[in-house]
Amino acid sequence: MSNDRRLSAPGQLQTGDDFATSGIVTAELPDVPLAEFARAHGLRVAAERPQVVRYLKHLWLRRHFIMAFATARNIALYTEARLGQLWQVLTPLLNAGVYFLVFGVLLHVSRGIPDYLGFLVTGVFVFNFTSRAFIASSTVVTESLPLIRALRFPRAALPLAYVMIEFEQMLLSMAVLAVILVCTGEPITWYWLLAIPVLLLQTIFCVGVGLASARLGANVNDYSQLLPFLMRTWMYLSGVLYNISTLDIGPRYVAILQINPAAIYITLMREALMASQRQSQPGAQPYNALKCATWKHFKAAPYLDWSAYCRPITDPNHYWFYAIAWALLAIVLGFFFFWRAEAQYGRG
Amino acid sequence: MDADKPMVVVDDLHVVYRVFGAGGDRGTAATALLRIMGRKTRGSIREVHAIRGVSFVAYRGDAVGVIGRNGSGKSTLLRAVAGLLPPERGNVYTDGEAALLGVNAALLDDLTGERNVVLGCLAMGMTKKETKEKFPAITEFSGVGDFIDLPMKAYSTGMGSRLRFAIAASKSQDILLVDEALATGDAEFRVKSHARIQELRKDAGTVFLVAHNLEEVEQTCNRVIWMERGKIVTQGEDVIGIIDRYIAASGGAPVERDPVTGKRIHARVPLKT
Repeated sequence: MSNDRRLSAPGQLQTGDDFATSGIVTAELPDVPLAEFARAHGLRVAAERPQVVRYLKHLWLRRHFIMAFATARNIALYTEARLGQLWQVLTPLLNAGVYFLVFGVLLHVSRGIPDYLGFLVTGVFVFNFTSRAFIASSTVVTESLPLIRALRFPRAALPLAYVMIEFEQMLLSMAVLAVILVCTGEPITWYWLLAIPVLLLQTIFCVGVGLASARLGANVNDYSQLLPFLMRTWMYLSGVLYNISTLDIGPRYVAILQINPAAIYITLMREALMASQRQSQPGAQPYNALKCATWKHFKAAPYLDWSAYCRPITDPNHYWFYAIAWALLAIVLGFFFFWRAEAQYGRG
Repeated sequence: MDADKPMVVVDDLHVVYRVFGAGGDRGTAATALLRIMGRKTRGSIREVHAIRGVSFVAYRGDAVGVIGRNGSGKSTLLRAVAGLLPPERGNVYTDGEAALLGVNAALLDDLTGERNVVLGCLAMGMTKKETKEKFPAITEFSGVGDFIDLPMKAYSTGMGSRLRFAIAASKSQDILLVDEALATGDAEFRVKSHARIQELRKDAGTVFLVAHNLEEVEQTCNRVIWMERGKIVTQGEDVIGIIDRYIAASGGAPVERDPVTGKRIHARVPLKT
């Protein structure tokens, strides 16, 4: 809240409010101005937000609180459902099933993509993590208002806990994904280990956006209403269901879509887990105009893998650079954005 | 220990609430659209000037009672001292951390009492080990018994506030702010919490107590702040004097007091014969 709209000095007590207080010894205030008096005795402004380093230290001291809060929320989330914790596995499975039915079986978006089921499910799970970090964090301040109003602790602990919940959910989803991939004949290779750094970078990114989203959700009432639509638009733009490089929108826009954070983490995860993705990504083979044109024309077996002979629009080697850059940008900006309003949360 | 050490200094404090959706605007889509288009700026926001220039100093070991009618700004004052409401003007200075206990300060309703105790302790900055050590004492103090493994939404109002008090009072806070939290407790719990507040005072903390039960204030507090319409009418260590004036101003019958000790004399209701 800004202080620029200050109020004029309050009026005197009206006549009806004059209370008989004669004969009572009123406590004397100190002679010096109170601000000086307070400072001289080493008192601090109550609603002041702590400096960044002190804030981070307090946050670190609350790490057990963050974990306990995440676990407790997670349990509370599923206690009402009869199947309980099983929903943690069922939700991603059903999600993937619906998308596969609509886009894989009914609409044939899968044209030109080998191993479409694995491609789709990886995309859905990875994108869900990002979008859940946005959506869940947007309500964390309003949902935890009683806690915020009762106890003093660094408020960033709350969105952090919410992202931890989504991270736990993501780990389970990854286990489900691994089973699906093995069932669809994907070989288990050392490349799978690359999923770990991808997941770590994405988690850092999610913590950053979670912090930003928490402040927006607390300050702007319309934000959480708008968010699901924004997320759905973002999903359709990020190649969850299709291959971005097949879009006919010109190389510049394709490149922009390819380096957006959601698409970056999805692509890296697909390349870590799926052999066909590693082999068929544009640029994986030396450029061959004829083979590339054949793939673009048919987009069907046996030419599915020939997109590898096309020129890459964005150099795949740069994907890791973008993944790191997005993660750092999100965590730094998100943290400062959240921290700046630290004293405002909970005023309601 | 230095008894003259100030713990809370409130310097010309003003607190303003901004309330959305106050009268005039019927909240229809059309009015919202007009607002967005800038024709009617902030039409439905009303400002409530809840605290209007309050100054006082509370010292180490003080138990300060805050009295006044509903809506006089008592709870707002406590929330400002806790650092939960930023002041519009003026400042609140405190030495150390403040914890606020209020009637509606439920923790997490859909979690069990047990989890709430653990979360509360960890949020207050205790380590895992400290939490484990304090846990039996907290449940014992709260007296909720077997209900400890039920979700807090299954608790009665009194049980909920007892557990919350037990959690917040488990750590010796520098400043403990109690807002009507004891009002819903039963007689036995009041005795216990009264004793605990005295203990916390001895631990060199400062306690603020908002209560409509004036006898409770009389027994617990050594200072009183009387507020009306966001301002202090009077404040001081003459607890009995101020309370008697407050009762008179509210139109209540004067309290009969022992002329020497100042203690209340409770008239016995004569038995019907």
